[in-house]
Amino acid sequence: MEILEKIKVISKNPYQYATDLKQAADKPVVGNFCSYTPEELIYAAGGVPFRLFGTQEDIVLADAHLQSYCCSLVRGGLEDALRGRLKFLAGAVFPHTCDSIQRLSDIWRLNAGLDFHLDVVLPVKLDTESARTYMIDVLRDFKTDLETVLGVFVSDDRLWQAIRFYNRLRRVLADIYDLRAKDPDVLSAQDLFHVVRASMIMDRDAFLPMAMELKDALAEKVKPVTENTGKRILLSGGICNHPDIYGILEASGGEVVWDDLCTGTRYFEGFIDENNENDETADPVAAIARRYMSRVVCPAKHLGTTARGENLLQLVKAHDVAGVVFLFLKFCDPHGFDYPYLKKYLDDAGVPSLLMEVEAQLPSEGQLKTRFETFMDMI
Amino acid sequence: MAEQPDKTTSSPTKEPSKDLEKERRKIKSVAKMKEIMTTYYIDAKTARDNGKKVAWITSGGPVEFLIAMDVIPVYPENHGAMIGASKMGVDLCEKAEEMGYSRDLCSYARSDIACSVTNGGPIGGLPAPDFLVCCNNICGTVLKWYEVAARYYDVPLFILDTPFIHTSFSESAKKYVIAQTYEYIAFLEKQCGKKMDYDRMNDVARLAVEGLRLWQAVLDTAAHKPAPMTAFDAFFHLALIVTLRGTQITVDYYKQLLDEMNQRIKDGIAMVPNEKYRLLWDNLPVWYRTKWLSDKFASHNACLVGDTYTSAWSGVMDLIDEHNFIETGAVAYSSVYINVSLDMMMETLEKLIKKYDVDGLVMHSNRSCKPYSLGQYDLQKRVMKELNLPTLIIEADMVDERSFSESQIETRIDAFMETLKG
Ligand code: SF4
Ligand code: SF4
Repeated sequence: MEILEKIKVISKNPYQYATDLKQAADKPVVGNFCSYTPEELIYAAGGVPFRLFGTQEDIVLADAHLQSYCCSLVRGGLEDALRGRLKFLAGAVFPHTCDSIQRLSDIWRLNAGLDFHLDVVLPVKLDTESARTYMIDVLRDFKTDLETVLGVFVSDDRLWQAIRFYNRLRRVLADIYDLRAKDPDVLSAQDLFHVVRASMIMDRDAFLPMAMELKDALAEKVKPVTENTGKRILLSGGICNHPDIYGILEASGGEVVWDDLCTGTRYFEGFIDENNENDETADPVAAIARRYMSRVVCPAKHLGTTARGENLLQLVKAHDVAGVVFLFLKFCDPHGFDYPYLKKYLDDAGVPSLLMEVEAQLPSEGQLKTRFETFMDMI
Repeated sequence: MAEQPDKTTSSPTKEPSKDLEKERRKIKSVAKMKEIMTTYYIDAKTARDNGKKVAWITSGGPVEFLIAMDVIPVYPENHGAMIGASKMGVDLCEKAEEMGYSRDLCSYARSDIACSVTNGGPIGGLPAPDFLVCCNNICGTVLKWYEVAARYYDVPLFILDTPFIHTSFSESAKKYVIAQTYEYIAFLEKQCGKKMDYDRMNDVARLAVEGLRLWQAVLDTAAHKPAPMTAFDAFFHLALIVTLRGTQITVDYYKQLLDEMNQRIKDGIAMVPNEKYRLLWDNLPVWYRTKWLSDKFASHNACLVGDTYTSAWSGVMDLIDEHNFIETGAVAYSSVYINVSLDMMMETLEKLIKKYDVDGLVMHSNRSCKPYSLGQYDLQKRVMKELNLPTLIIEADMVDERSFSESQIETRIDAFMETLKG
């Protein structure tokens, strides 16, 4: 598929893509580290939200600002900024999530030298009325800040248009995931990784038609009953910056059919209610806020004490999953705290799981394969 | 953050001829403090027999409301500090790791979680909570830790969400924290089955502010040269302002302590004999090594006269209007030292450096506490450059001794002191 190849080239060279984009289009590229970044607002203001994954190369400059007991995403992200690799960024947006990102935001604001820096201090709990009000207020404040730094005015009409657009974008990604879960042979897990990644970095106006085209092509290939014999695996955790992992899992007899990753389904899960669009009094910012309050929760946010466990079990059931691989970055507090309870939920349901704590670099392929093969034998 | 009810003195000397001198330097109020803390823990452990409710609350949380509702507040962080001070940390941390909690998580949380399950630790575990109050003005870790406790004890959890202050505290955030304070009261009324007595609440608020003022005054005595107390003493005496803030006991105790400190100044009693170098400490104590560290610095005639940690509670008291505690308190709680950006921390650091007139800054880079430790390198650079002050960074952990390398730290302290002596 030609379209897939195009997407892969972009996903593998994101900085090159963004640099070209900056030259070709008159759109500010806005860096961020988090799926709670209110992308709809950035898009409506004419910007391109650009997800940062951090370098996998040696940390040199960031060492002068961050201790070694800080996750590789935070250290690697800062390294790229300090090395001047992110010159294509007009600015960065930091939604509040974990303690490490919170401090990275300060360090970044004081050292990265971008044109603008916006903090979006979202509520941490998402299950009360006052938090909902605050979420709407914060998004409104963010909209005002964006308008100021980008020198634009964002009308309600423009916001509704962005909402409709993002719903379509999220829909097509969900459709591709669904097709693949039905028949994993239509697209390799690694290729799917590249599709999602491209969706987080590309000019969204350019990405959507490509994703549509890809979806149609896949739909034609799907067979009613898959011949894929890999053991059906779900990947759960924070960010995955390691496309190789999918191939190694596959070679070990597993097939990743779904994920609960912040660089996976958690990015596009949940739609924004467009029904009120024609209601004069309806507020598009409130509609956007509703999605952020109700989407599948990240461990740095609070939505009751068992939401993530229940969601995980539900995913396991819905996608006929045989085993779960937890993939965390070392030094990640939110995921580290949730792991024992999530594992217990799975244990109690008789679902085997495996924990992988990774740093910027993956362990050697041989080592990984041995671990994965042992795990597959357990399933 | 938390404090420990265990005594450390800063006296390095062991010679019998100096015994009298040493005795003179001991802070006499310590006995009273121990008595208060013992009574408090007995009350907490027997609360149920006496028909009282127990709430677990984070160190930065608004305890005043619990006091006004007659609920006994219990602090897992204080418990973590006790575990550290009694050197039981490694064993308990390892137990938590066996339970699946990564070694990279906060050691207060790890050791306390292990205690819940094993009833181990220095006091055989904390009394089980009737409900939990988690204020995230200190970190995101407490949110996760309290979720663990809420599942384990199967009790209600109230979260007071205090938005982090990067550049300013927005009107939206202010509205949010005030709204939550009213929700907090409603939550307590439901848990306790009775209405809040607002007259009582006003009394508690008044006592809380008075306690904070007295505590700050106690800390301020260390600005005197030589200092009548050190940061190590502050770590110990801090317990009450955290635990029993808003009570008469706390006010009375700090009055007594303040009198003692002023008397020491009059009598010319210094905590570190021959105090020559004055240092400021940043971050939590290294609980299992307070004595060792204090002796080490004292052997160089250096005194840790102040710190960023024990003043975190009183640092925001000017924001509180005791006649409108509910609304102003919420803003004050959101503005504590560790819930603000590095630039704002720098302002506080600068004030402390000037107030205590120190010759150097010692930063504990604490593996356990990311919100306190990440960013220290930037602060360090600014302190050196803008204030021209020597700095030292010690890599350690507040409870988990496995992250403490004595020889390495000793070498670094010695080298640092040599440059100061220059
Ligand atoms: S991986 Fe974990 S610690 Fe790192 S930024 Fe994400 S949530 Fe924070
Ligand atoms: S992470 Fe830091 S502030 Fe939070 S509980 Fe642990 S020591 Fe205290």
